[in-house]
Amino acid sequence: MLENIRLAFQGIASHKMRSFLTMLGIIIGIASIMSIVSTIKGTNDALKEKLVGSGNNTVEVNLSSGGEQLSIYDASSIPEGVPVVSDEIMQKIRDLDNVVSATAYNKRFVMDNSMYYGDDSVTSFNMYGVDDQYFHTIGYKLKSGRTFLDSDYTKFRKVMILDQTAAVKLFADVNPLGKTVEYGGQPFTIVGIVSKDDDYEPDIQNVYDYYSNLDESNGLFFIPKADWPIIFNYDEPENVIVKADVTEEMTKAGQSAAKILNSAIRSNSENQATYQAQDLLGMVKKQQQLAQNTKKQLIWIAGISLLVGAIGVMNIMLVSVTERTSEIGLKKAIGAQKSAILGQFLTEAAVLTTMGGLIGVAVGFALSYLIHRFSGIPAAISVPWSAGAVLISMLIGLISGFLPAQKAANMDPIEALRRE
Amino acid sequence: MILKLDHINKAYHTGKLDVPVLHDVCLHVEKGEYVAIMGPSGSGKSTLMNIIGCLDRPDSGTYELNGEDVFSRDDRSMANIRLRNLGFVFQNFQLLNRQSALENVALPLVYAKVPKKERRERARAALERVGLGDRVTFLPGQLSGGQKQRVAIARAMVNRPSILLADEPTGALDSHSSLQIMELFQQLNEEGVTVLMITHSPDIAAYAGRVCDIFDGVISERNGTVNAAQEAERKAEQEAEEALAKMRKRSADMLRHGSEEKEEPDES
Ligand SMILES: Nc1ncnc2c1ncn2[C@@H]1O[C@H](COP(=O)(O)OP(=O)(O)O)[C@@H](O)[C@H]1O
Ligand SMILES: [Mg+2]
Repeated sequence: MLENIRLAFQGIASHKMRSFLTMLGIIIGIASIMSIVSTIKGTNDALKEKLVGSGNNTVEVNLSSGGEQLSIYDASSIPEGVPVVSDEIMQKIRDLDNVVSATAYNKRFVMDNSMYYGDDSVTSFNMYGVDDQYFHTIGYKLKSGRTFLDSDYTKFRKVMILDQTAAVKLFADVNPLGKTVEYGGQPFTIVGIVSKDDDYEPDIQNVYDYYSNLDESNGLFFIPKADWPIIFNYDEPENVIVKADVTEEMTKAGQSAAKILNSAIRSNSENQATYQAQDLLGMVKKQQQLAQNTKKQLIWIAGISLLVGAIGVMNIMLVSVTERTSEIGLKKAIGAQKSAILGQFLTEAAVLTTMGGLIGVAVGFALSYLIHRFSGIPAAISVPWSAGAVLISMLIGLISGFLPAQKAANMDPIEALRRE
Repeated sequence: MILKLDHINKAYHTGKLDVPVLHDVCLHVEKGEYVAIMGPSGSGKSTLMNIIGCLDRPDSGTYELNGEDVFSRDDRSMANIRLRNLGFVFQNFQLLNRQSALENVALPLVYAKVPKKERRERARAALERVGLGDRVTFLPGQLSGGQKQRVAIARAMVNRPSILLADEPTGALDSHSSLQIMELFQQLNEEGVTVLMITHSPDIAAYAGRVCDIFDGVISERNGTVNAAQEAERKAEQEAEEALAKMRKRSADMLRHGSEEKEEPDES
């Protein structure tokens, strides 16, 4: 066996150019498969990271109708029969298995009205009416000041918390804490500034999210939920965010919460608005499935290159057997068994393609690194795929080398020796 | 009796025509004999040698090697006989050009599954035995014809076979190299190796203790019955042949006059 491997390397080394060209098909095939696999693996890993978040595990349960999220902008847009979410219902949701915390909030993207601080003002911003669970459920950190107190809710205090964008847009260099802003004719005192964790990536689901995350967005303004009817003049149903303890249970927790929320909805007409839990995991899976399908198709295409490579190997091995007719004849004459000759040529083919496979894996990684460098598509090295690729290459050698090796083993030594 | 062939018939089937090559060939060889088989080109010498060498099977006849029947064996077993009991020397050396002299000689030991270290030692010893101890790392292309044939003999003998089969071993060599090869054969024979050699040169056949003629596939023993008259005739013949050989050799030497290098390396 070792002797055969040594012979194979000797044979390959004595025909460097030919061996390399023969390997090329295998190299190209394996390299393209490896770069496809690592690029798609990288994309999938990144997708999951981005959509599901780094361990935050929050899922939105939004009022929706006909598959679209409802947005409330005035009294007439409030869906029929949907009540304000009661404390009792929130408690039921918090009691669910796998639910760590839950918050109900109102949200309005304000484009037609301004927020004033003295002579300065901003338009286009997000207004939130939040309960006392909001900030820690979402994962906001308090940067300065304080969050809302129980008494803010019970006494309907007109207090406000800003995110850092809003603080910069409206106050520039001034410290906003303790300052009073005016919205809808009502004065609000700034009591705190919050920000998302540093690694926060905006989760863009619809056009409103898009606007609120644009650079021009003028930030987020939070007020106690109790104050919401004071400025907008009517009660309106909230959306809910549920935080699960483990990523795998996010979707289930959201769906259970939606069920509880929907049980409070009265009427049952067509196109009825209902609460729908976002299925982030499902979305990731769908995206990954899509990538997986693309991968399958690409691998089939790369597989054709491997097939062509295998035919090339078979062809060269047949040539090699013919060229070495007298060598084979001599070996058989001095007592080599058929199996020894078969082994020699099978080994040669397998060494050739295994080398091709190793080079192919290396080139594939280099390629996916280059793709990553120049287009930013993430790449991740897959160890089982690499090992598999080398193994497949070896297998290709054994399969495509079999016919030529068989031909060599069955050669008649007398005929072979007569030829020169 | 080491070789016992009886009533061997062999024809080649080319297309519709049957070309008969061997007719009722009987050949018995005792252990330690040195037999030369002579005959013109196309008379069936190589065909017979291939049968003796367990490379081919006849249409009919029997063959016993060391008292055991050969033709009833399968291919595996035939290959094993070639590996263990027979050594082959060919007219055109049949060395592997990409392997060193040492690797060429060690080849039969690879198939005999001898460990690597022992292979090297035995191959080296075999090369020293044929006077090429200083050429072990040489490639065949770097050796002269006579040296190549000596490498081939080392390869044939490295597995210590009891029979050496040589098909025109000096056919491609000059007379000086031929002489060296014949000396080697003689030494091997004296050590107990049975030698069977094909040649069409009477000079070469003269080295053998026994000569068989083959003509159109029919074998006949030269000096088959040893009586005084025939013995005398044989002696006279042999002396004449030897004188002729010496003359030829001398004239050949004269033709290559003054050339002190014994052999000029030939390219192949
Ligand atoms: N494989 C073969 N097929 C057909 N005819 C053959 C074959 N081998 C040898 N012959 C014929 O058989 C005869 C004897 O050949 P061979 O034994 O090689 O003769 P020699 O070695 O005495 O010169 C020749 O006429 C040759 O043409
Ligand atoms: Mg011949």
